Amino acid sequence: MSKDMSYAAVMARRPEIMKNSAGLDFSKFESGSIAFDYERMMKEAGFTIEEIQKIQSEHGVGNTPIIELRNLTALARKIAPEGKGARIFIKDEAANASGSFKARRASTAVYQAKKLGYKGVVTATSGNYGAAVASQAAMYGLKCIVVQECYDSRGVGQPEIIEKARKCEALGAEVVQLSVGPELFYTFLTILEETGYFNASLYTPFAVAGVETLGYEIAMQFREKFGKDPDVVMATNAGGGNLTGTARGLKKAGAQSQIVAASVDLSGLHMASDTQFNRKSFTTGHTGFGMPFSTWPDRSDVPRSAARPLRYIDRYLIVHQGEVFYMTEALASLEGLEKGPAGNTSLTAAFALAQELDQDQTIVVQETEYTGAGKHIQPQLSFARANGIEVKFGDPKDEIPGKNIILPSHPSLIKANDADVIAMRKSLIRNALNNYKVTPTEADIEFLAAETNSSVEFVKETIASL
Amino acid sequence: MVKKGEWVLIHRNVLEPAERVPHVPDDTKKVPLELWTKGYLQEDANIGDEVTVLTRTKRLEKGTLLEVNPCYKHDFGNFVPELLKISEQVKEILFGGADNE
Repeated sequence: MSKDMSYAAVMARRPEIMKNSAGLDFSKFESGSIAFDYERMMKEAGFTIEEIQKIQSEHGVGNTPIIELRNLTALARKIAPEGKGARIFIKDEAANASGSFKARRASTAVYQAKKLGYKGVVTATSGNYGAAVASQAAMYGLKCIVVQECYDSRGVGQPEIIEKARKCEALGAEVVQLSVGPELFYTFLTILEETGYFNASLYTPFAVAGVETLGYEIAMQFREKFGKDPDVVMATNAGGGNLTGTARGLKKAGAQSQIVAASVDLSGLHMASDTQFNRKSFTTGHTGFGMPFSTWPDRSDVPRSAARPLRYIDRYLIVHQGEVFYMTEALASLEGLEKGPAGNTSLTAAFALAQELDQDQTIVVQETEYTGAGKHIQPQLSFARANGIEVKFGDPKDEIPGKNIILPSHPSLIKANDADVIAMRKSLIRNALNNYKVTPTEADIEFLAAETNSSVEFVKETIASL
Repeated sequence: MVKKGEWVLIHRNVLEPAERVPHVPDDTKKVPLELWTKGYLQEDANIGDEVTVLTRTKRLEKGTLLEVNPCYKHDFGNFVPELLKISEQVKEILFGGADNE
């Protein structure tokens, strides 16, 4: 008997499909209310640092170099107040097998799929994670399907996403491309159900644990070289797994570094809009993912996300598209490193933040990503122009996402603006109450304090003010 | 005529506009959810025919035949002179112009 494949019927089977494809019963970590046992989920379903190091070192992942960006630091000092200009370092994650830090996340997810006996893996992503899963699946001899949101209704594809499709196919994966819309999830579920493959979600404890080695390595490499931890570790933030995994790894190493998130400002653009899809020049690392996922992590493709960035964020900096493009060109011209662009969001914020800090302080930008046709500042800016976006020099503070891209007319105009982290914490608490519609228990309040890196008093005051 | 066994690109609509979920923006609601995928053609056909393909993971997918041996068309785009200007500017600020000759 053939199954009902209508949208409503498939979505109704979602819990069963997710359970069969996740290799993990999330219900055992639930309290029945807002709270769930995050740390137990990470402990039971994740891996120890030593296990991850072994898995990754056998599969072309990890131990990437940290490069000091002496010329960019010197440039920051030229325009910073006297005595300011922290040393900027970058962790060259493009050196991983698939060309980005996402190889870490895929390595543990695909390892788990193989261990549990799945024949293949499916992942829904338009980003570097697709290539990462494809690369690891190739190593383990597993089949791989990548489902991408790629085209608008004119059939025009974002060049960066088209390049990622090429890379996935080059690594032996099957790529299914869709037009704009959240119903991608429906197609994703039909493929999971049809194939019985593993859901290599970005948000499982397996995947996020894979990033812990990134933070751990930063601490170890820094201590070996300088005898201390970096003052600041800067992570580009979208879905939150990059920052969460890195921060957890730093904590496991006992590092006290400040954790700073960075996103590109795409405010005003709707992520599910057909006509706005190709008016943005960043497909990840932007506020369109960063804000909703930080303030409500459980909107992902698993019941409980392992990526919970507000637990770790000390500060959240927002930069503009034009500033990231400028810094990407500066990185190539002054440091001889052609990377990004999306991964250079945190570099851009670091360049601004360095000018606030003393010269003996250090900032580690925790990723780079590979670049190439489509996925490079030149095709991105060229594509923006072709889609009616004005590209010009000026003051980036005047940039309006979807309307123009303003390249700073001088590097002193590159500024990182603080997002209101306290408002984000309140927003998470409000979202939790709205989603669960329960009177919070004492355990819920303690959970929300951990979720927001705040205190029981803060949570109680916030609830009282709602 | 495209022969059975050729590597092809197909397209189909997954959801028609009326089937889009209520919470998508209005512009997205006006258009179908479309899908493109590639595979080995399962029967001789012409471009524009409804066909079945066998994908890399041995799944059967149906859709309209669009292309044979589809190639990648993305590139580095048109030259963006502003990038050259940024390169000159950062070098000038850091190393100086004439002094560095």
